[in-house]
Amino acid sequence: MNDQISEFAGPTIDWFSVSPLLVLLFGALLLLLVGSLTPQWRRGWYGLVSAVTASAAIVLSIFLWRDISSSGPKLLVGGALALDHFAVLASIAICAAVLLVSLVTSDYLAGEKSDMPEIYALYLTAAIGGVVMVAANDLIVLFLGLETLSLSLYLLAASNRKRAESQEAGLKYFILGGFASAFFLYGVALTYGATGTTRLVDINLALNSYITVPRNDTLLLVGVGLMLVGFGFKVSLVPFQAWTPDVYQGSPTPVTAFMASAGKVAALVALVRVFVTAFPSRADDWGPAIFVLSALTLIVGSVVAVVQTDVKRMLAYSSISHAGFILVGLEASSHRSSPDVGDGLTAIAVYVVLYAALVVGTFSVVTVVAQSSTDGATSLDAFKGIGKSNPVLALALTVLLLAQAGVPLTSGFVAKFGVVQAAVSVGSYKLAVVAMICAVIAAFVYLRIMVSMWLNDATNPVSVKVPLFSTIAIAIAVSVTLVIGVLPSLLLDLTSNLTQLASK
Amino acid sequence: MIAANLEVLSFPILTLLVVMPVIGSVVVALLGSSRPEWIKLAALISSVSTAALSLWLLAAFKSGEAGFQFVSQHLWISQWGISWHLGVDGISLFLIVLTGILFPLVIVGIDPHHNETSYFAWMLLLQAGVMGSFLSLDLFLFFVMFEIVLVPMYFLIGGWGYDQRVYAATKFFLYTMAGSAFMLVGIIATVALAQRDLGVVTFDLVKIAEGAKFSTNAARWLFLSFAIAFAVKVPLFPFHTWLPDAHTQAPTGGSVILAGVLLKMGTYGFLRFGVYLFPQAAMWARPAIFTLAVIGIIYGAIAATMQHDLKRLVAYSSVAHLGFIVLGTFALSSQAVTGAVMQMVNHGVSTGALFLLVGMIYERRHTREISELRGIQHVAPIFAGVFTVVMLSSVGLPGLNGFVGEFLILIGSFGPARWWTVVATVGVILAALYLLWAYQRVFHGEPDEANSTFKEITVREGLLMSVFVAIIVVSGIYPKPILDRIEPSVAALIEHVEGQTK
Repeated sequence: MNDQISEFAGPTIDWFSVSPLLVLLFGALLLLLVGSLTPQWRRGWYGLVSAVTASAAIVLSIFLWRDISSSGPKLLVGGALALDHFAVLASIAICAAVLLVSLVTSDYLAGEKSDMPEIYALYLTAAIGGVVMVAANDLIVLFLGLETLSLSLYLLAASNRKRAESQEAGLKYFILGGFASAFFLYGVALTYGATGTTRLVDINLALNSYITVPRNDTLLLVGVGLMLVGFGFKVSLVPFQAWTPDVYQGSPTPVTAFMASAGKVAALVALVRVFVTAFPSRADDWGPAIFVLSALTLIVGSVVAVVQTDVKRMLAYSSISHAGFILVGLEASSHRSSPDVGDGLTAIAVYVVLYAALVVGTFSVVTVVAQSSTDGATSLDAFKGIGKSNPVLALALTVLLLAQAGVPLTSGFVAKFGVVQAAVSVGSYKLAVVAMICAVIAAFVYLRIMVSMWLNDATNPVSVKVPLFSTIAIAIAVSVTLVIGVLPSLLLDLTSNLTQLASK
Repeated sequence: MIAANLEVLSFPILTLLVVMPVIGSVVVALLGSSRPEWIKLAALISSVSTAALSLWLLAAFKSGEAGFQFVSQHLWISQWGISWHLGVDGISLFLIVLTGILFPLVIVGIDPHHNETSYFAWMLLLQAGVMGSFLSLDLFLFFVMFEIVLVPMYFLIGGWGYDQRVYAATKFFLYTMAGSAFMLVGIIATVALAQRDLGVVTFDLVKIAEGAKFSTNAARWLFLSFAIAFAVKVPLFPFHTWLPDAHTQAPTGGSVILAGVLLKMGTYGFLRFGVYLFPQAAMWARPAIFTLAVIGIIYGAIAATMQHDLKRLVAYSSVAHLGFIVLGTFALSSQAVTGAVMQMVNHGVSTGALFLLVGMIYERRHTREISELRGIQHVAPIFAGVFTVVMLSSVGLPGLNGFVGEFLILIGSFGPARWWTVVATVGVILAALYLLWAYQRVFHGEPDEANSTFKEITVREGLLMSVFVAIIVVSGIYPKPILDRIEPSVAALIEHVEGQTK
């Protein structure tokens, strides 16, 4: 017994490579411990600490990025985490979402007169989960990240104690999320049974080495299928999307922004990494499944969005259809065997980064508008006449909505162009056409919001006040949208080595 | 002499044509709150400078040369092989000049009545997009421009239009966007397939058209994907249903621009991209397109005859006229295509002018119902005279510009598309019928009480219309300088098509 313990050697840890995680953890603990032991801080300070923590994590990630550029991708902590451009870019997107959402939340909670440190601490723990997920090279580690993220999100969804909708959203999300986690874990177990390992890289090796031996794939395929179902819930792919509109609508709007950006990015990137790293040899099996899920998600997401009357529900469905778009890129990757996964992966990375900025910006505007309306409502009516009362804000939302619709010279077009290009270059014309048609249908939704803002007069005009932090967050989101829209090279330059995923 | 030439080459006139309106738009938007009295002036300065640039381009354009002139190429998105690549040839030259001239006229001639700042800002952005579409020699850049045009036009119709404006604007946006969705996939597929022949990823129109060999089947699909986008834009029957709504609901300025230049992006696109990139597929699709074009001619004419609303009548007449242009474009004989290019400009001038006149009638009477109007000739003879000239140009009366284009189209199409041309000729007669009948009902007879106070044309309106009338008469009587500039480029295109389809 003692011998065994003395023989146990922990993995060597390159502490600097996991420093973004440590910084986020430190920030979360600081807010929780110091925040709960001291009297109420002055207005805005909790949010500021959270934003600074996220910024520090971004800066460290940029250093990591440069390390990878010079010395190549590698595995960390005994193969549990991967350090490559794909992971770091996604981490930056998640931390950027935390940064922007913290700013908006600060104003939001000040308006609700209930500023408290827990929310920000939960953002940071959720971000830890997200960063672990996007880097996870092990299904168990991935599950840990997923749970850290999900548990934080359940609490965040229910964080507005004054509103019953928020409680309902939290409970709904918790129950369905629990189901999803169970599916996922069962899938992991079966995959382990089929391959004898949970390391993504080793799963791929195991599957390839048995390739000459006739073997029964049933166990493996059921496992992969169950994992896909679990991911499907988290990413809200159709037909696992039913919770999304209710939860998005019920949660406090900044939290919705966080779920739709950081939460979705983390789950999508993890999904992509698992399939591309662990199961490229079974791409013929999961490719068609992704095709169907992608098409369904696109169609249902954009068509159902059309009949909504609440802006948050509209945006919930639009975020569903965005996930469908990202899957178009994954489907494209399934046509190529490892290690060359091609444009699909790059397109996905570009899409999630731009999407995160877009969706945070959009929900930030919604937050501001909803808070100015009398009862915090987010119906289309609340947006009427903003074009007259606050043209700058209306213009900002218009830019963001046009970008979501994929109009050229905005980042949304760059993102859509990337995935469609990836699909077309491997001959997936059908999915590319479906995606583009759905983009048109979805455009109708964004037009409706724009019509409300610019072309309808307010029933009872209220002037929308935009607090300072929210102004900064919205300005950053709009700037990213326009700058990358006009000069996509700035982002595309970064993604040139993106397809080299860490493998040893 | 050589130095002078170099200077002309290095001066980025085409880039300026696109950038100038953008600058104007930004200036207008920034002036908005602080100096409202300068807005119109700023818009005017910007658009007049653009017009001056386009006229200078016309003067500096070397007639008799087929290739692209004043080419300007800068790398834009190197990772995707996309560049800011502009050029002008005989096919696009007059559309650019038309775009250059039409906007200042609309800006000076028509008041938006409310929200001047955003109206003029959108107007100028629209001009930049249209200019860019006609100048782009890069597939990506063209798509960007083609699509970006929707946004300002959407806001112009939605913000300053009539009762059903939101419906019409949304329909316009979604129809056109749906068309271009196919084109985007087509563009990307074109580039991906061309990569096999060219060895590099490039969106350069000329390189792809001259270097890539598409398989017959692939070329057909690609052509169709482009054709849908252009057919919606033109609009070709049965994709035309957005047009009457958009035209009727748009403010006068919007209608003039829509008819004048926006629809030409479709016919121009057919020629520049559809036919140039996929000549064989274009030949293959000809019978179907001829048929749709001729249906459009006859259907547009009949529908126009039935209209009670003067503006809707003009809108349907556009469907018919554009049918002629498409017929000429796909006849792919030198005469027909030259005629089609010329007719694109003619239609822009005469239909643009018709929309202006209808707008003036509406300003005076607050109705466009033909049955409400009567005997205007008695109270406003000069107005009636101007209307007559413009209308006859639209009908295609010899001596006016409409005749030249229509005649060339019919004569050039008779060989390649005999029976379609015969049917199309009926459309010429129908055009005379519906326009003259409308004229008779509106202008002849004794004016009743409401119409007896119809105001004669004002000085500002008169000056505005005189530009249109001058273009109509001069290019009708002496079209040679125009044809001289169009023909070489058309001949080169026909040669390219014949070389590829042998």
